[in-house]
Amino acid sequence: MSVTKRYLLAAAAAVLLIGLTFIIPSFTSYQLAIVCAYLCGIAGLTLLTGAGGQLSLGQAALMAAGAYSYALSANAMADAGAEGPLLLLVPLAAAVFGAAVLGLAVGLAAGRLHGPYLAGFTMALVVALPAVTSTFSSVLGGDQGLWITVEKRPTALRGIVSTEAWQAWLAVICSVLVLTLLANLLHGRFGRHLRAVRDNPVAAALAGINPARTKITAFVISSAAAGMGGGLLAYTTQSAGPGAYSLVFSLFLLMAAVVGGIGSLTGAVWGALLLVALPHLISTATSRLELSADLSQRLDGNLAVAVFGAVLILVVLLAPQGIQGLLVRAGGRLRPPPSASLPPRSTEPAPPSPATAPSRIPAPSGQLPATPKGQ
Amino acid sequence: MTGGLVLEGVTAGYGSVPVLHGINLSVEKGSITAVVGANGAGKTTLLRTVTGQLRPTAGSIRLGTGKDLTRVPVEEMVRHGVALVPEGRGVITELTVEENLRLGGLWRKDRRAAAAMLTRTYELFEPLDRRRKAAGHQLSGGERQMLALGRALMAAPALLLLDEPSLGLAPKVTAQILGMLRRLRDDTGLTVLLIEQNVRSALTVADHGVVLNLGRIVASRAAAELAEDTDLRHTYLGF
Repeated sequence: MSVTKRYLLAAAAAVLLIGLTFIIPSFTSYQLAIVCAYLCGIAGLTLLTGAGGQLSLGQAALMAAGAYSYALSANAMADAGAEGPLLLLVPLAAAVFGAAVLGLAVGLAAGRLHGPYLAGFTMALVVALPAVTSTFSSVLGGDQGLWITVEKRPTALRGIVSTEAWQAWLAVICSVLVLTLLANLLHGRFGRHLRAVRDNPVAAALAGINPARTKITAFVISSAAAGMGGGLLAYTTQSAGPGAYSLVFSLFLLMAAVVGGIGSLTGAVWGALLLVALPHLISTATSRLELSADLSQRLDGNLAVAVFGAVLILVVLLAPQGIQGLLVRAGGRLRPPPSASLPPRSTEPAPPSPATAPSRIPAPSGQLPATPKGQ
Repeated sequence: MTGGLVLEGVTAGYGSVPVLHGINLSVEKGSITAVVGANGAGKTTLLRTVTGQLRPTAGSIRLGTGKDLTRVPVEEMVRHGVALVPEGRGVITELTVEENLRLGGLWRKDRRAAAAMLTRTYELFEPLDRRRKAAGHQLSGGERQMLALGRALMAAPALLLLDEPSLGLAPKVTAQILGMLRRLRDDTGLTVLLIEQNVRSALTVADHGVVLNLGRIVASRAAAELAEDTDLRHTYLGF
């Protein structure tokens, strides 16, 4: 897909989703905002783990860095009397920047690690988060976290859209922006470098790519995307606390990336949708069953985790490419089979003259090669 | 001797175990030098050391231009005109043929020259031209070898290092590839350092031959002379 087509598709998706907020209930708009926030974090993982092959379990901590950066800057600006678009945009930029700086520090340290060692290292970030917020409770609010002064809907929109719809608008625009940037990176030069480093670091280095620098850059970009997700989540929930960014949440983000289709940004969309929709659907379904209060209480929250785990196992076993892989395969079956003939060659090489032209290696169906000199 | 590559007293190994012991080697510019030897002789270690994948613990590695390569990181080698086709071909299997080739010309600032080189590479390797959009993992062994060689040539190297280019290939394809090296040497003045298990083929195509045994050079002379030295062949090369 060309870059122009990608921009047009992104714009169309944003317009469609924003239009959708006029017809869906407020709570669904709120859920859409949460999906978009999660999507930023999962899309960052898609780049880091899917394309870069670096297994990170610390994405929740990087989203937390974004959320806390948002909270601290928004509250500081509000205390200083700032209002209007600045109170929205500057904290969002701070969220991205704060998470990217943490990502750089982590990336520098983790640049030499891979596989389970990197997973363990990044997991430590999430595990350490409650301790960090408790240690610096005067700034980070301890276990309770921080309440955030957020910029409400613009005055012009009051009476036209609900607060939840406005939150969804903002989240849609930001997440589409993140996805488009990541898609450009993944399909451009950086994406090729990243895949080359993952696939064959020695060959990549021999081609002039610095594997360590590429991995660190991937970490920073992934962290910046997670920071945007954390910032959006902080704006939507008007709070930033360690409880929202637990190890379980970090694992869910990774599971969502796998279920959606690791390595595919469209897969990240399915993963984010599933992460938000599944608990809601299960809760709705169980509430309609006549269950005892005890059983209902035990199922609440736990059933969704079990179902999500089961979905993950099924996907790994039956569709390793995830939901997106399944859809691509299904789409391929619907398309007519390609013509059996080979595509026409773009350049027809001139017939070789042994005296002047270099020897060439013909295709198997071609003529026998010229005898090399000296043989 | 104006060497394309000069190694002086190079000692290198893995951890505390040295594999190469004081290697002195001069590869003349515009020549093909074949390094042969039994398994474990240190041939691949030699190439890994020259390309910066291993740091020598002693000695120096210089290009014919005088550029000291001893401490140059591996990703910088291509900028100094050094390209390696590693053992096992080193194709990026997830990238397409075209993407692999473009990766080879990555460092080149002159895009027009890089594009011309791409066209020339397709002319040299016709099977690749037909499979431009195929992923590396979809290629046959011979096509992968051509792709690895094509990617190295895309960098317009002055010094080309090849590690076992015949590994797993049919004799016909091996002959084609080795023959092409010779033609490239004639046409462009390319300097080639060739590591090869297939001693007969290597010594046929090479100008100079070096026999490596247990990390030491035990013979270094014209390839044709080396091929005719029955005692040496029996003692070190097993034929």
